Amino acid sequence: MTDRLPIRKTYKLFIGGAFVRSESGRYDRIEGGSGAAAAAAVNIPRGSRKDVRDAVAAARKSSTDWAERTAYNRGQILYRFAEALESRRADIGAPADEVGEAVDVLVHYAGWTDKLQPVLGGINPVAAPYLSFSVPEPTGVVGLVAPDSPPLLGLVAELAPALAAGNTVVVVLSEKLPLSGLDLGEVLGIADVPAGVVNLLSGRRAELAPVLAGHHALNAIVDASADAALGAEIDKLAAESVTRVRHAAPTRSYSDATADPLSRLEALTELKTAWHPVGA
Amino acid sequence: MATQEQRTSIVWDYAPAPESPDHVRLRDSYGLFIDGEFQEPVDGTRVPTINPATEEPVAEVAFAGAEDVRRAVQAARAAQAGWAALSGLERGKYLFRIARLMQERARELAIVESMDGGKPIRESRDVDVPLAAAHFFHYAGWTDKLSYAMGGRSVEPLGVAGQIVPWNFPLLMAAWKLAPALAAGNTAVLKPAETTPLTALLLAEILQEAELPPGVVQIVPGDGATGAALVREPDIDKVAFTGSTGVGKDIQSALAGRGIPLTLELGGKSANIVFEDAALDQAVEGIVNGIFFNQGHVCCAGSRLLIQESVADTVIGKLWERMGRLRVGDPLDKNTDVGAINSREQLDRIEALVASGEEEGAVRRTVACELPSRGFWFAPTLFTDVAPAHRIAAEEIFGPVVSVLTFRTQAEAIEKANSTPYGLAAGIWTDKGSKAFEVAAALQAGVIWQNTYNKFDPSAAFGGYKESGFGREGGLAGLRAYVRIAR
Amino acid sequence: MTVARGIAGDYVYAALRHTHGVIRRLPHVDRVGIEERAATLGKRSIKTSAKEQGIRLAVSMVDLTTLEGSDTPGKVRHLCAKAVCPAPTMPEIPSVAAVCVYPSLVGVAREALDGTGVRAASVATAFPSGQASLDVKLRDTEEAVAAGAEEIDMVISREAFLAGDDARVMEEIVRVKDVCGDAHLKVILETAELGSYDHVRHASMLAMEAGADFIKTSTGKASSGATPGVTLVMLEAIRDYVDRSGRVVGMKAAGGVSNSKAALHRLVLVKETLGDEWLTPERFRIGASSLLNDLLMQYQKTQTGRYARPEDFSKE
Repeated sequence: MTDRLPIRKTYKLFIGGAFVRSESGRYDRIEGGSGAAAAAAVNIPRGSRKDVRDAVAAARKSSTDWAERTAYNRGQILYRFAEALESRRADIGAPADEVGEAVDVLVHYAGWTDKLQPVLGGINPVAAPYLSFSVPEPTGVVGLVAPDSPPLLGLVAELAPALAAGNTVVVVLSEKLPLSGLDLGEVLGIADVPAGVVNLLSGRRAELAPVLAGHHALNAIVDASADAALGAEIDKLAAESVTRVRHAAPTRSYSDATADPLSRLEALTELKTAWHPVGA
Repeated sequence: MATQEQRTSIVWDYAPAPESPDHVRLRDSYGLFIDGEFQEPVDGTRVPTINPATEEPVAEVAFAGAEDVRRAVQAARAAQAGWAALSGLERGKYLFRIARLMQERARELAIVESMDGGKPIRESRDVDVPLAAAHFFHYAGWTDKLSYAMGGRSVEPLGVAGQIVPWNFPLLMAAWKLAPALAAGNTAVLKPAETTPLTALLLAEILQEAELPPGVVQIVPGDGATGAALVREPDIDKVAFTGSTGVGKDIQSALAGRGIPLTLELGGKSANIVFEDAALDQAVEGIVNGIFFNQGHVCCAGSRLLIQESVADTVIGKLWERMGRLRVGDPLDKNTDVGAINSREQLDRIEALVASGEEEGAVRRTVACELPSRGFWFAPTLFTDVAPAHRIAAEEIFGPVVSVLTFRTQAEAIEKANSTPYGLAAGIWTDKGSKAFEVAAALQAGVIWQNTYNKFDPSAAFGGYKESGFGREGGLAGLRAYVRIAR
Repeated sequence: MTVARGIAGDYVYAALRHTHGVIRRLPHVDRVGIEERAATLGKRSIKTSAKEQGIRLAVSMVDLTTLEGSDTPGKVRHLCAKAVCPAPTMPEIPSVAAVCVYPSLVGVAREALDGTGVRAASVATAFPSGQASLDVKLRDTEEAVAAGAEEIDMVISREAFLAGDDARVMEEIVRVKDVCGDAHLKVILETAELGSYDHVRHASMLAMEAGADFIKTSTGKASSGATPGVTLVMLEAIRDYVDRSGRVVGMKAAGGVSNSKAALHRLVLVKETLGDEWLTPERFRIGASSLLNDLLMQYQKTQTGRYARPEDFSKE
């Protein structure tokens, strides 16, 4: 059977729970496929501004349902995402150790979904006859400019807290090393994560990140590019619609990803405070 | 005693809808679960555990003797340092595994819970088992975040926990005890109740499937003597008990002078308060849920119904009619609302208190229903014309019996609700939010349900005031009960 | 059934007809509580003989309905034949309760149904929106009655209701009931447009006090209809009204009851809220079109043990 011709994988964008080609029809050619269909070089979609538009629309559409699920349900889905990634360790185009750490990061953040409120929220001891309480709510749709290295762990380290906090996400994958991110789409496909909650775009970072940052329907953007010039550009574009920005330091390990989870989570929540009189 | 009016002729009856136990894997005989294995008791005994709906034996179990208890504590001690030394993440992964396995075997666990204890399958399936899995899931997520629960301080486990759970929610109470203890790095010796050991033993099998390191959990069924032996073991660092106030006091007394942290979840005589501006039909559902859920075998049951006089006749009328629709019978029938009383002893206690109610002059109404000839049964019962001094208003009945008192003003309701040595829960029914919060602030009860009743969640702390116990389970507080600030 | 007088917190609805300009006070319905109760009753397990009997009962309560711009006499005649004999191969399946059509076709229906026991029902009052003058709505009703309608399904004026004009809502119902003659009157609340369960209960009480013979959830033309929660709210309102007044008012669940499981769930709600004596077409109806075939398919499965093929049953 050694002469059998293998079936090559076609890499596609992951938008609204579906695997689609770029609406522009453009492709880039890069080195190295993964798994059984490895070839010397592969084609990956070169995402366009319209793909960004479609991805944000999909993320918006799914954001209400995702936010309204119980924290317990979101935690279970993130844990299942971990189960799915663990079971696909051999097929993801990333070293086994890196995949293992990414799985552990997902497990860590799966456990945060129903811990955020007790830690970040609470009852406020106001000096008047009112019950006043503050709860952290998801900010909504979060853009994520994924880092180059390590491509899978660095991506998951920002994706997991965004999801754990109840947000939906649009990712601009690493331009140099997008394959493990695109493979993650396949993992999401089996992980019970609802369609549109995570959207994955490959292509040229300089083309896609500014479009995403400047999209007025985005609530927040996490920039993990470690590119200072791009970071400044993102800051300016975000200012047009007061989009929240977080510049994320590189994540090299599980320890990095979980050393300060609260900052990653809190940056993507809105704190709502309510008051109600006490007194019939 | 007035009985239900003759029901109108049935136009459409539900056919029997039994949940089939044919896929349930039960052994004929279970040993004690010590150090990761089922072992023969050294000085214990073997007893059958029966199905209270049929009085038939379900399986044989071992009751631990004092030496067995000592061996269990030894195993827990031997495993504790290693368990605590694991990273939080790794400990959490074991607990996540346990949660997922419980979800997979959910149906089997629910059936066995109903067979061993008598509660309706609908409850064990929809409440007990899912909540138990959720507790493991919730605390699995705390294992590597403990400092966030402790104001940034680093913490260490207490060591070996001795845990005694009751017969009314056997699996759920085991989860409430084990999950936080293990998450914080403690090991445990758990003693299930005398009449309901089976789901804890199935849980032991799940722990084996999850490859939990041996010695982290021991499960040693037994009676009161077994529990007393566990509490008196010198090498334990923490005791947690859920059960009657009487036994709780014994345990607190037995621990005198030892400096061992203690959590007690004891009895209650909780007031369910209905104001005239409540959504009355939903309040009636809440009353029914509050006292007939699990046959009233609930520590936080709304056993005292306080109704504002202006709506008392209406509410009582609606309640009585609603009670007439309760389906009492085979716990394994999916349409059963009220199952069997857990044991002959409990049935005797209920009957004695109900008799006292009639003797003291309260007016009794009991739903007329056909009860099976075998098994332990008590039909849902309503007492009106109850005075606060009556035994049925003051003592915990722990059965499907609700005592109705009336009040005129909010202040009177609060005063009556608080006039009890107990303080576990309360229900407040009003559509006026500001009143709901004001009354909640005034009630001496650890759990307040507004416009609902009997709601539980792993993230929401649960526990009582006064003689309903101290310490909390669930939420951050439940975690803090199993740690101390690192030295 | 216990009779409870003077329900505190309930309002003197009869007097509302004459109290213009008074700001309404809504009754209290707890949404979470209602939906939990309705969902719990959806877990009743209806098997074997109970399922067969329940399906036959549900068929007998169906108002087989067609309310399309494209309806013609031919279509209505086909529908009436199906209404009288829904499943020729299963003669134990009863006729449905009624056929419901537009006023322009109720004469055709009446003729086709004559002598069969199935009643001819017509919508009226500028169905479905009700956005017309009272005169136009009354004439619409009169023509339907004159054409042979034995049952009239009217719509309340949501425009008046949402403006808080309870008196006008009730007045219209009283006037329509007047011109119904011997025809019985169902009052459609269009629950999806009312706002909340409090409003559904309030509208139910207004309609009953104004003389409705049945209260009905929806026109079938709005975004939602007889959800379990809405159905339960209306059944509870009926229970209180009947207790207080002694007059029986029926309920019609229309919209969203699209398969047997949903139909049986509604029957459970009726049984466990009002009792078995309400499980009759005289007191409970289900407005449906595609439901009937699902009932027949499920019934066939109870008889043969096999899942049925939808095409085996004619659409009309």
